[in-house]
Amino acid sequence: MISLLQEAVTVTADHTESLASSVAYGETETATGLPQLDLSTFGNQIFWLVVAMVVLYWVVAKIALPRIGAVLSDRQGAMTGDLMAAEEFKLKAKEAEAAYDKALADARAEAGKIVAANRAEIQKELDAAIAHADAEISARTAESEKRIREIRGSADTDAREVARDVTAELVRSFGGTVDQAAVDQAVDNRMKGALQ
Amino acid sequence: MAIEAQGEATGLSFHPMEQFIVRPLFGDGPVHWYTPSNVTLWLFAIVLATLALLVLGTRGRAIVPSRSQSIAEMAYGMVHKMVADIAGKDGLKYFPYVMTLFMFIVFANFLGLLPMAFTVTSHIAVTGVLALSVFLTVTAIGFIKNGAHFLDLFWVRSAPLAIRPVLAVIEVISYFVRPVSHSIRLAGNMIAGHAVIKVFAGFAAIAAVAPVAIVAVVGMYAFEILVAFIQAYVFTILTCVYLKDALHPSH
Repeated sequence: MISLLQEAVTVTADHTESLASSVAYGETETATGLPQLDLSTFGNQIFWLVVAMVVLYWVVAKIALPRIGAVLSDRQGAMTGDLMAAEEFKLKAKEAEAAYDKALADARAEAGKIVAANRAEIQKELDAAIAHADAEISARTAESEKRIREIRGSADTDAREVARDVTAELVRSFGGTVDQAAVDQAVDNRMKGALQ
Repeated sequence: MAIEAQGEATGLSFHPMEQFIVRPLFGDGPVHWYTPSNVTLWLFAIVLATLALLVLGTRGRAIVPSRSQSIAEMAYGMVHKMVADIAGKDGLKYFPYVMTLFMFIVFANFLGLLPMAFTVTSHIAVTGVLALSVFLTVTAIGFIKNGAHFLDLFWVRSAPLAIRPVLAVIEVISYFVRPVSHSIRLAGNMIAGHAVIKVFAGFAAIAAVAPVAIVAVVGMYAFEILVAFIQAYVFTILTCVYLKDALHPSH
């Protein structure tokens, strides 16, 4: 800026020098000297200058400057608004990300819970099935044992019957009389220990 | 007068000052104060140019500005910043006034550079009125805002007491010289530049020096474009400085 002003000053100096020489021509052609110093035109110039300046001031102050000022502040407002909106969107994006993360974590937790619940249920069913199977097995075992005992019992009775009959037949064959009670006694005594 | 004689001999005619003559726009009569003259024409050309740039150029009121709107905004921004930086925030009240001055001078200077144009800012009567209006406005603002404290501007408290009266005299003289230098700086630059271009153009009639003269005219013209802006800028910035002195007179 300073250098520009200095330049302007030297321009003035240069001009003044050349002015001195040019003034000489002017004087010879108009005889009144510099047109700028012709006082008879001052009234005209000043009158029209004042008129023009009043009009210009009105145009600049009442129309141009309010309009440009409004445009500039609108632009400033739009820019601030846009920046704020961007900030808001950024915030929203962050919130959305947080919400997404939370949803993901929740879903994981839920999935874990469901898996655990399913596992527990299956375990329960399994336990129930095992218990049921155990009960069945023991019931069958008990039944089988009972039947074995029955078979064994009936076998014992049958053997005794056969032994008595055979003994009675033998006694009869040898010509003796059959004393049923003695035969039974003898057979029972003989079978003691054999069929226990 | 030697050049004049030579001019007669070679058929050269130098009329560098003719361009500054105030003439009636219609007819050939005397120039009364109300006569529409070439001054009137160019003054209203300036008003129309300002209207075209600042009003028509911004009619879109666009958030993304058109070319003319960005030039208008640039001018607004430049002068607004100048007033705010130099005269301070309280000087912004006078921004429309400073802006009017700047637009007037810048368009007067640039329109004056058109061939055959009349440069209103090359007249002391015009620049004198502008400078005097600035001087009177600023002085009035100074007294209205600060009362008698405005006189502190002339009483340099940072200087030793003994030399303060001397400084006060110098300050008062420099204060009253302001409108003179303010107006003559602008008019002088305009007169000189335009006259020099005319003189070089006159030399172009001689075949031997014509190329040099034409190059010189082109060079001067480019230079004058720079001067046209700088002088408008200088006038405006000085107005802001004076305004600052009126608003904050203490040194």
